[in-house]
Amino acid sequence: QRNKTINFITKQNINIFFSFLTFFLHCSLHGRYHELAPHLVPMDYTNDPDVKIPLALIVNMPELKENPFRNRIVESFSEDGQGNLSFNDFVDMFSVLSEMAPRELKAIFAFKIYDFNVDNYICKEDLEKTLNKLTKEELTPEEVNLVCEKAIEEADLDGDNKLSFADFENMISRAPDFLR
Amino acid sequence: MPRHKLIASESDGKDNEFSLYYVEVEENSQGGQEKQTTRDGKRRRERNGEVSRRRASEKRTTEVDNKRAKKKHEKRHKTARKEGEKHEKRQRRKNADEEEAEEESNKDKKNIKNERTKTLKRDDEKEKDVKKKRKKHVKNEEDSANFEKTKQKDCHDMPLKEKKKKRKKPETTSESESKSESESESDSAPESKDNQAVGVLGSLTPEELEKLKEAVDERKKLIATMRGKPWPMKKKLVVLRSSCVLQRQETLLIISFLYYSNCQKWMKFQRDFENFKTACIPWEMKIKEIESHFGSSVASYFIFLRWMYGINMILFGLTFGLVMVPEALMGKPYGSIPRKTVPREEEASAMNFAVLWDFGGYAKYSVLFYGYYNSQRAIGWLKFRLPLSYFLVGVGTVAYSYMVVIRTMARNANEEGGGDDTSFNFSWKTFTSWDYLIGNPETADNKFASITTSFKEAIVEEQESRKDDNIHLTRFLRVLANFLVLCCLAGSGYLIYFVVRRSQKFALLGLESYGWWERNEVNMVMSLLGMFCPMLFDVISTLENYHPRVALQWQLGRIFALFLGNLYTFIIALMDAIQLKRAEEEIVKKNMTIWQANLYNGTVPDNSTAPPTTVHPADIPRGPCWETMVGQEFVRLIISDTMTTYITLIIGDFLRAVLVRFLNNCWCWDLEYGFPSYSEFDVSGNVLGLIFNQGMIWMGAFYAPCLPALNLLRLHVSMYLQCWAVMCCNVPQERVFKASGSNNFYMAMLLVILFLSTLPAIYTIVSIPPSFDCGPFSGKTRMFDVIQETLESDFPAWFGKVFSYASNPGLVLPFLLLLVLAIYYLQSTSKTYKRVNMELKKKLQTQNEENKKKNKLAALKAANELEQARKAGETRSSSSQHTQNSEPPVSSTHTTTRPPASRGHTSSGHLPGHPQQPQKNSHSNRR
Repeated sequence: QRNKTINFITKQNINIFFSFLTFFLHCSLHGRYHELAPHLVPMDYTNDPDVKIPLALIVNMPELKENPFRNRIVESFSEDGQGNLSFNDFVDMFSVLSEMAPRELKAIFAFKIYDFNVDNYICKEDLEKTLNKLTKEELTPEEVNLVCEKAIEEADLDGDNKLSFADFENMISRAPDFLR
Repeated sequence: MPRHKLIASESDGKDNEFSLYYVEVEENSQGGQEKQTTRDGKRRRERNGEVSRRRASEKRTTEVDNKRAKKKHEKRHKTARKEGEKHEKRQRRKNADEEEAEEESNKDKKNIKNERTKTLKRDDEKEKDVKKKRKKHVKNEEDSANFEKTKQKDCHDMPLKEKKKKRKKPETTSESESKSESESESDSAPESKDNQAVGVLGSLTPEELEKLKEAVDERKKLIATMRGKPWPMKKKLVVLRSSCVLQRQETLLIISFLYYSNCQKWMKFQRDFENFKTACIPWEMKIKEIESHFGSSVASYFIFLRWMYGINMILFGLTFGLVMVPEALMGKPYGSIPRKTVPREEEASAMNFAVLWDFGGYAKYSVLFYGYYNSQRAIGWLKFRLPLSYFLVGVGTVAYSYMVVIRTMARNANEEGGGDDTSFNFSWKTFTSWDYLIGNPETADNKFASITTSFKEAIVEEQESRKDDNIHLTRFLRVLANFLVLCCLAGSGYLIYFVVRRSQKFALLGLESYGWWERNEVNMVMSLLGMFCPMLFDVISTLENYHPRVALQWQLGRIFALFLGNLYTFIIALMDAIQLKRAEEEIVKKNMTIWQANLYNGTVPDNSTAPPTTVHPADIPRGPCWETMVGQEFVRLIISDTMTTYITLIIGDFLRAVLVRFLNNCWCWDLEYGFPSYSEFDVSGNVLGLIFNQGMIWMGAFYAPCLPALNLLRLHVSMYLQCWAVMCCNVPQERVFKASGSNNFYMAMLLVILFLSTLPAIYTIVSIPPSFDCGPFSGKTRMFDVIQETLESDFPAWFGKVFSYASNPGLVLPFLLLLVLAIYYLQSTSKTYKRVNMELKKKLQTQNEENKKKNKLAALKAANELEQARKAGETRSSSSQHTQNSEPPVSSTHTTTRPPASRGHTSSGHLPGHPQQPQKNSHSNRR
């Protein structure tokens, strides 16, 4: 009985502790959001202000600074498609990019990121853009062309010369080191 | 949509019912409880500190009694709520999709917090009426979304709700009553103050606990799956908040939370551990950097170099720990016996740098060489069997090297046999090559370079597989090239043979009568051949038009054959030298007896008791000790080889790069892209240098135990030097190609060299008797006699008997036969496995292709049907109406493609399930 009591009390304490912990986690993420644009973002979110941070500021975060797809990432997570992130979008982005996120979710957002001209297909232009970003345009146009053709030929299952999400998922789910 | 709304209202009604139900319970139990609470209110207050803190403002105004009562009820309704939650869960399980719908409908609620604070304020105002206030509290505890719903809900929902409540009230209240009874009983007992909380938990029967756990599991599942859902954060928040109430109440949930956070920690730890592991691999970062800029072929050289370093580390450990250190610590000190002393005639120059640099003088008479070791059977207080240890280490290093090389080869073959699925090579490279964890600009640059290189490699492979031009011409050219190379090799072989014979003739006549060229003819010819033949081979190999990887292998093989000539001359020269030394030794042996006789003759008549050992060991005449000579030769060779490698590296690469770079500004043509340009990294030459160097080590390690240490030093320095040189003064090859990371080809060459280098070593050990006055085996007729000696004197008699029986040819031959049979069996089984593997692979591939074809056919068919349907629709629409024509394509396209799930609010992309989508699809199809 006594043991049970102690157990219960400690559990409650742990409960409180963890609620604090999650609170702090949230706080720290909000802190990151706040320090991106201190003049725009209030610390107090009680009356839910409609604040958005423009793309140019988000892209300068150390996590994204070196990423060749940074603009696309921010754009695809923003509600308006222009790269302006509200706090919710911001948290969204972090939760998807975190390593805890499941592969399926990552696949969905990866598809969005690589779909430059938001038409729900990865077509040749998208692939060319991806390649040029990945290699800093060091491949010759013929090489880029070859790679794009090969990639589409490999992954395209329904023969429409562009990758739908089904094709993309089928391909990416077999990749040994996809977004680890 | 209407259906969704209906579900939402239903579920809302359900939730409201619960909130009201809690109130009911409170009212029911209120009367009886107030009396008991007066005594232990204080302690309970402590326990409920969290609650009490939240209501500090209320407490200030209300009476003490009221407070206590209130707390009591808090407790009470907790138990009751647990009951309610169970109900909730039961219902949830029934209609999980309904719940989702509810969550969706909850999406539009933004200012939940505001509502909450407002109600709290109102609470403060309505302090006097306790009952009303309590109701409010209950609502506060409830999901706030539901609270708002109750407010918004119009009156037509109410009757239904009330009905439901009435239906359910009897059973639940009876349950709660029974619980309250049990609780009051426990309350009456004196020690039950703390136990009351436990009573709440403890009163749960195992089944109820089970249910609770199930509920928690379900929650967990919901939360876990929510992570995988592409909802915006807003929606997730709402769902989470609704589950928050549960979380706060259920202590069991904490366990899951703990588990979850532990998982996270564990994952982080694992990642850190992986990082740590890669940080522990020596030079990993350097090699990766080189790989990213120069491709995997150059990196494969450095990986090979590192592997070699590891092997030499082991060899060094063996020779240093088991031979050199025991002799240095426990053996007789320097100067005690002739073999450990510098002879009198060399003493003057023994400390000169030139002599030491040539490994003569003091260096010659030290633990570094074979001759220094004494033949004493056991040394020191440990009774360390040094001769035995020397022999076993010599054999062991070679055996270990064989084992490692063969094992590595087998493992590499395994990896190659496994084979990676390259069906999505380019797409994977495009979509998954970027590492999202990179935050460092330098690393990012490296990554860009490596991605570009890997693309180039893949493109080269692809082009190679596409190329199928004139086969006959290429075949002819290849035969021609091989013929030319064979001619070259034969010519150089004859040249070497000729030169060696000539030099032997010179040596017989005496070298003094000839000039510089005659004396150094062999070395000069060898190095000239080594310089120009590879270039010739390179030119010839352009004829063949091979894939660069294959071309590299051919090049390696050809230069290898050329270098074998080098090795051959070296071994021949060495054998000649050994013969000469042995002849000298015979003479010394004869002279020795004469000298000893002279010594006795001179001393005995004067003083018969004085021993002849008064002669200083440096003055005693000694044999030439061919073993030390061989060791010295090898050490000198290694040193000169290392020097030439470094000097060519510094002059050929570094100086060239510097000149090209700085003279480019004031030169007539473009030096950087014109004639000299920067040098490329010569993979084949470097690999072969490394392999032959290792062969020398294996050959000479028996006679010079210091060789592995020297080699270790050399490899260490060349690792840093070459890494630096590559990064600073080389340019990547024109056609970067993908070398297999396992580089089995290098291993095969290494194995050949290992075999070739152990042959002469074994020959000398087995067939040439050791010197009579130096080394651990002096006085024995053969070096391996040490084994027999040990068997006889250190092991019991029966062991020797068993050994002699076992070494009986009648037993050994059947054993060998068995071994051969086993090898044959294993080889044939592995062959069959390989074949089966290949067949399976082929099957898989064909199946994949078939599937692809099928899919494409189906898609084509669908498109055709679509077209027809569209045409039919058009004709119909032209006759009657033209609004419906886009309907058939919509359905078909929608089934064939499965776009990503919607994020709900994204307006930019036309998302699936969105009304815009089908139209878009049909448009594109029509086009």
